[in-house]
Amino acid sequence: MATKSAHHGDNYINFEKGLWSWLTTVDHKRIGLMYMISVMFFFFVGGVMALLLRLELFAPNATANVGQVLKNGDVYNQVLTYHGAIMVFMVIVPGIPAILGNFFLPLHLGAKDVAFPKINLASWYCFMAGAALAVLTFFFNKIDTGWTFYTPYSIRTGTATVMMVLGAFIMGMSSVLTGLNFIVTVHKLRAPGMTMHRMPLFVWALYSTAILQMLATPVLAITLLLLAAEKLFGVGIFDPALGGDPVLFQHFFWFYSHPAVYIMIIPAMGVVSELITTFSRKVIFGYTAIAYSSLGIAAVSFFVWGHHMFVSGQSETAGIIFSFLTMLVGVPTAIKMFNWVATLYKGSISFDSPMLFALGFLFLFAIGGVTGIMLATLPIDVHFHDTYFVVAHFHYVMVGGTLMALMGGFYYWFPKMFGKMFNENLARLSFVFIFIGFNVTFFPQFILGAMGMPRRYFDYIPAYETLNKVSTVGSWLILTGFLFGLYAIVQGIRKGPKASMNPWNSKTLEWQTSSPPPHDNFAVEPIVTAGPYEYR
Amino acid sequence: MMWFNIAKAQSFMPTQGTEIAKQVDNLYGFLLITSFIACVLVIGGMIYFVWKYRRKTPNDKTAYISHNTFLEFLWSFIPLVIFLAVFVWGWYIYHNMRAMPKNALEINVLGKQWAWEVEYKNGYKTVNEVVVPIGQDVKILLTSSDVIHSFFVPSFRIKQDAVPGRYTALWFRAEKLGDFHIFCTEYCGTSHSAMIGKLKVVSREDFDRYLEQGQEERNLPLAKKGEKLFAVKACASCHSVDSAAVKVGPSLFQKFGHEEEMDNGEKLKFDENYIRESILEPNKHIVKGFPKGVMPTFQGQLNENELSALVEYIKELK
Repeated sequence: MATKSAHHGDNYINFEKGLWSWLTTVDHKRIGLMYMISVMFFFFVGGVMALLLRLELFAPNATANVGQVLKNGDVYNQVLTYHGAIMVFMVIVPGIPAILGNFFLPLHLGAKDVAFPKINLASWYCFMAGAALAVLTFFFNKIDTGWTFYTPYSIRTGTATVMMVLGAFIMGMSSVLTGLNFIVTVHKLRAPGMTMHRMPLFVWALYSTAILQMLATPVLAITLLLLAAEKLFGVGIFDPALGGDPVLFQHFFWFYSHPAVYIMIIPAMGVVSELITTFSRKVIFGYTAIAYSSLGIAAVSFFVWGHHMFVSGQSETAGIIFSFLTMLVGVPTAIKMFNWVATLYKGSISFDSPMLFALGFLFLFAIGGVTGIMLATLPIDVHFHDTYFVVAHFHYVMVGGTLMALMGGFYYWFPKMFGKMFNENLARLSFVFIFIGFNVTFFPQFILGAMGMPRRYFDYIPAYETLNKVSTVGSWLILTGFLFGLYAIVQGIRKGPKASMNPWNSKTLEWQTSSPPPHDNFAVEPIVTAGPYEYR
Repeated sequence: MMWFNIAKAQSFMPTQGTEIAKQVDNLYGFLLITSFIACVLVIGGMIYFVWKYRRKTPNDKTAYISHNTFLEFLWSFIPLVIFLAVFVWGWYIYHNMRAMPKNALEINVLGKQWAWEVEYKNGYKTVNEVVVPIGQDVKILLTSSDVIHSFFVPSFRIKQDAVPGRYTALWFRAEKLGDFHIFCTEYCGTSHSAMIGKLKVVSREDFDRYLEQGQEERNLPLAKKGEKLFAVKACASCHSVDSAAVKVGPSLFQKFGHEEEMDNGEKLKFDENYIRESILEPNKHIVKGFPKGVMPTFQGQLNENELSALVEYIKELK
């Protein structure tokens, strides 16, 4: 490809023309953009479903209300399932690694591309095929199991479970391929002078995530295949009627899905590390601690799955051990929080929109973190388990954390990706609405959970009405925020002023090439002589 | 801490119905306060720093502070100590929750789509209502006949999954008279959110009288017995009996003696034999417009006498 570049345009976007050149590209930057478009589409679909769910819960069904849009419990349960499955498997898990990671990992390392460009493209096709299969079930035979597919409900319910889990299985392959690609890229393609300890923290985060993707995802894959086999052939692994054990499924499922929580959040932490240091114009505090705490979280995350099952009937001893191990995850997470705050100390802090999102992340993640400790505490979890407290907690961590970081990272790297600037005021407005709306939506849910309102409820007792109303109104604020954000992005791409090479005066390598970067990333191979955040 | 717990319990935690609930709330109160302090430190520190060190000129000089080993040790060690303390405290309460008392009053509860079937030692059965005496250890023995359900009494701070194919258990000693909610917290399909039961805490005398009454119900007339069974077997969650409204299944109101069109076009008379067949082999003849495979069979769960009682009850829905 390199020999061709002389005849082509001056950046990766106009390098070759036509839809076909995009669909067959092996350029990591183009693949990153393709992921971006796909993920944004799925986010839109999942988001509309979230709005419908909140609308339904505006008031209990006994009173006349603006809710009651989803006619009956079955429709609600289906929409709930798709909202969860789409947001987890198609938005939050792939989000940061597949969009920002694909685009910036090679640029951060000073490499021309990822280690296996064709596998990279294949992983996008896997993702699209799996996602299409999963979303298409909606038009055939809807699934209502919840995104967790708990047995024996998923075996008994007469819906499209097999097709759905097959979709998730194929998307899992995409995740494994991306992880494999990133690990090899980090080990093999670093520019001269780029030691492991000179890598940006975002790369460290992607690296830790990639290890998790490689090791945990196959367990999900096997579990889903077993579930499909159970459903199709009645092999009797999970169904008690056939001598199986329904709780076994939960063990298998969370053995993947708990690490998956960290697959979602560690990349977000990486993005936030970049944002905090750049917009404070200051070297990050405790580089090594942040880098290794990512690996630490990744390692411990394999041993904590049982905290999802404190009331499932697993033994008291198992509950105690899992509670203990879960507490340990709190430590590296707390270390990161303190490091970020310490980085702000004596910095020169600007309030550009990416930084606002990073600060929003710190705010929301602090609340998500402390409520996580509450849920890890055995007797408190017994009360909170499967209530709205859990719903609030994981939205704070996964949406408040990951989505804030994704948005912040996206605005941060927008000039590099498109060579244009976006409207700063629109982006800030978008942040304000999302941030306030988010807290209005999800904070009341902590209280609802404490009051005892179970999750996945289509209807509820009148005592929970007021807080549910507040929560639903909050969801409209979030919608407004995202509409502003979408407008800022589209407007920026179409009419934004030209961006300079390094608009934020950042120190990492991706800013040492033109915006947008040329097909081969760097005109001259960079040579690295210092750490990534040498602000002095 | 007392004032805090009182304020908390009255504002958003459900009533404390047991001693365990108080213990849980104490730990929760401690965690709330520590969490609040932690958030004030982190978020407050963040806000203070971003304001104090906001960019003043385009070329501000910043300090070069790459790490501080002592500080880093401190902020790893202190959280660890707090987490471990919370863990041990939680362990202690959890152990009390899980150690089943001897000589407890045992009640069997069966979770099913979508009701709680309750059975006392003397054979008395009810649905969606657990009555217990105040001040006595009660052990609930749980299982499920279809999918996983979860038995949750918010006021008692207890919850346990009801898993098909095995028994799980929980215990409590109620210390407040009154009615408390029982929710199902493990997603179980269509009417998951309607699977709400009542836990009635009554005096010892009332409880004894309650059980006696239950005994007397065995001598009820046939149709009354059927009505009772209809409720206990949760038939009412799918079939309406007092109006033509369709729930998951067809309404049974004023149906007896009429002709019904089946999904294969065949016409059948809604008589004693059709009712009996529908209970035992529900998928053999499905009324037009309803999906197959929704209703579970009750083969082996009802004896002849109970079947006749149900038929008699449905017959009288006029």
